Amino acid sequence: MTLNAKLVLRRGALDLDVEFEVGAGETLALVGPNGAGKSTCLHAIAGLVPLSAGQVRLAGDVFDEPSRGVRVPAEARGAGVVFQEHRLFPHLTALDNTAYGLRCRGAARSAARASARAWLERFGLGAVAEALPRALSGGQAQRVALARALAAGPRLLLLDEPLAAVDATARLELRRELRAHMASFAGPRILVAHDALDAFAFADRIAVLEHGRIVQSGTVAEICSRPRSRYVADLVGTNLLRGVVEGGVLRLPGGGALVVAGSASGDVVATVHPRAIALFRQRPDGSPRNVWSAPITFVEAAGDRMRVQLGGAVPLVAEVTPAAVAELGLARGGDVWVAIKATEIALDPI
Amino acid sequence: MNPTRRGPADAALLLLVSAVVALFALPLVGLALRAPWGELAARLQSETVREALWLSAWCATAATACSLVLGLPVAVWLAAGAGPVRSAVRVLVTLPMVLPPVVGGIALLVAFGRNGIVGAWLLQWFGIALPFTSAGVVLAATWVAMPFFVLTAEAGLRSFDRRFADAASTLGAGRWRTFRTVTLPLVLPSLRAGLVVAWARALGEFGATITFAGNLAGHTRTMPLAVYVALESEPEAAIVLSLLLVALSAALLFALRDRWWPAR
Amino acid sequence: MVVFAASSLTAAFEALATGFEQRHPGVDVELHFAGTPQLVLQLREGAPADVFAAADTVHMQKVVAAGRTAAAPATFARNGLAIVVAAGNPKGVASLADLARGDLRVALCGPEVPAGRYARQALAQAGVTVRSLSDEPNVKALLGKVRLGELDAGIVYRTDTRDPGVTGIDLAAAHDVVAEYPIAALTNGPAADLAGAFVGYVCSADGARVLAGFGFRGP
Repeated sequence: MTLNAKLVLRRGALDLDVEFEVGAGETLALVGPNGAGKSTCLHAIAGLVPLSAGQVRLAGDVFDEPSRGVRVPAEARGAGVVFQEHRLFPHLTALDNTAYGLRCRGAARSAARASARAWLERFGLGAVAEALPRALSGGQAQRVALARALAAGPRLLLLDEPLAAVDATARLELRRELRAHMASFAGPRILVAHDALDAFAFADRIAVLEHGRIVQSGTVAEICSRPRSRYVADLVGTNLLRGVVEGGVLRLPGGGALVVAGSASGDVVATVHPRAIALFRQRPDGSPRNVWSAPITFVEAAGDRMRVQLGGAVPLVAEVTPAAVAELGLARGGDVWVAIKATEIALDPI
Repeated sequence: MNPTRRGPADAALLLLVSAVVALFALPLVGLALRAPWGELAARLQSETVREALWLSAWCATAATACSLVLGLPVAVWLAAGAGPVRSAVRVLVTLPMVLPPVVGGIALLVAFGRNGIVGAWLLQWFGIALPFTSAGVVLAATWVAMPFFVLTAEAGLRSFDRRFADAASTLGAGRWRTFRTVTLPLVLPSLRAGLVVAWARALGEFGATITFAGNLAGHTRTMPLAVYVALESEPEAAIVLSLLLVALSAALLFALRDRWWPAR
Repeated sequence: MVVFAASSLTAAFEALATGFEQRHPGVDVELHFAGTPQLVLQLREGAPADVFAAADTVHMQKVVAAGRTAAAPATFARNGLAIVVAAGNPKGVASLADLARGDLRVALCGPEVPAGRYARQALAQAGVTVRSLSDEPNVKALLGKVRLGELDAGIVYRTDTRDPGVTGIDLAAAHDVVAEYPIAALTNGPAADLAGAFVGYVCSADGARVLAGFGFRGP
């Protein structure tokens, strides 16, 4: 079950024209500056905003195709949406909010409530089932919102900055939970992320939107290594690596490993600032715990600095001065020694 | 700034509020002072009072029900957009609020009277004549009270957050279901407030009623008409009826202040 | 000066005020018309007025009892009753007895209003029972409903049937009730010195001529 979307519309100052595809069990993250049209994409797919041209298709079903006059109303699309500000119905309890979609699909009140209760318990929200949304914390409310969307049995899942309205302390745990619940959803998933960390934590692929156009899309690694616009460069200005920490060692999917500091364990996103990566002609002596030789895959200028892209098992981008590039004789195709202190690798559990 | 200190502005405000309170309270005090307390019980039990009270209560309630049933769709439609047609309709629906009710009574006669535009037709085909009937009282009261409900309801519907309706539709709720299960419960405080104002207006309706429906004890003589009639013959009785009307309205508004009237 | 007068005197008193002003240059007569009971209520509550002209003696007595009169009231005009019907009398009403007909929609003024009380007296004298659809608050309201065709007939003052939109049928002398209009100078008015002069003018031969022009009979 694949979602194909070509979205063309105008809305105020926004002139949106994008095209993408999301497979079953795949998560696409839409990132970009404010006003780029990320949320509008979600709303158009959900059927809350009309297209002026293009097509939205899920598997064989056409949801929207203005040229043929096709427009399936939002309530018939089966798109589970988690909004930025949870949008829980203020007059209904967490339980009745969660049961709402099931009731719409014709479930009897008692059956809908039983199912909703099971969903809330799965989200650790059994204790607040009878609470009204105003009595819930930001994190609880967003969990209920996800439970409500999933309980309705959607065919695709759309999340609009689900962590934006949650305070920093709750965000960590919520991010971990959301990831787990999203992973258990089998259909296409689209996430709007304002924060690079969220995008990298959740997504298989990323599409970068600027001024209503996709300026770059690809896997996380592709985006990181070759940022094609200033926004993307700033966004991924830092190296983000997803991996698993075990006994002080971060193991990366590509087989690489880095020694890290701190007590974190499990799934993480590791952040390494490009300027914290030191490059040498010869194997350096001294304290760095992580030292290896890596092939140089690309060298480019970024302002007054040079970005050196490193291949191998630990894909990274280092930033050095132009003088250092000349002195070290760095060029595409050559090898270089890389050193990173364990303390320069920041870890965010996901 | 010390928040517990009272400045001269506070004192002036307090003085102004006191003056306004006096403006509203003194007429009531006057009624209470003039009331023949000794014969109060006997007068309240009289046939005239019971008839007028019962008639007023059910006519005001029926007019409020009509305002709800007929006015809510209008409010929904008005709140759903803008444009010259809606503006014109809004002015039309609001007109009874500013017109002298007697004018309304004459207008109703011309429209729904025996020789009226619609009235003649009603009489010819259905044998229905509204003037001088309790139904006429309800029509007159609805005509003056419904605008209050429509405007309050429209304001409530306009302030309703469309995003909740969007959320409901993504969960599979169609328009009617969304309206019933999300919009309506969320605008309920406005609707209640509108109903209370409409009921109060219908209860106090005089001009349009006496002009359109006439003044017949037990059929069209509501409390305000009874007060008027009593004023011409025995002013003490008028004071008793007025006090009763005041007490009734105050008690109702007070009892419903939390549930029906958005206090906060 | 301020003059309070019953609403059935409206047209006649407007003419009388003009005549009085011509005889007393610099004097401005302010007329205040309403149903007699309402005027009585306002006078008893202390409304400032110099002259009161009522539609019946019963209400005038209330003002006398309240101590507002400066001199004894004098009757200045009389009026008779008439049945009022739609212009041209399409229902063929001829007498009070016809008002009991089932096919007629009839209303009277309320019994608390002089016109209503007189009408009931006349009906009682004629031995006719009428089902009044509504106790109208004043003669003008009753006239309006007859003109609009809401009512087929009503009983009003003879002077009221001069309205071109309606037709009047004077009551047979045997059943007619004579309405007496009393006038009195009042105390506490803004121009008490002129009150006596105004009352004198209304009761004079000149005043009687003006009143006769509006259908009133002499005292």
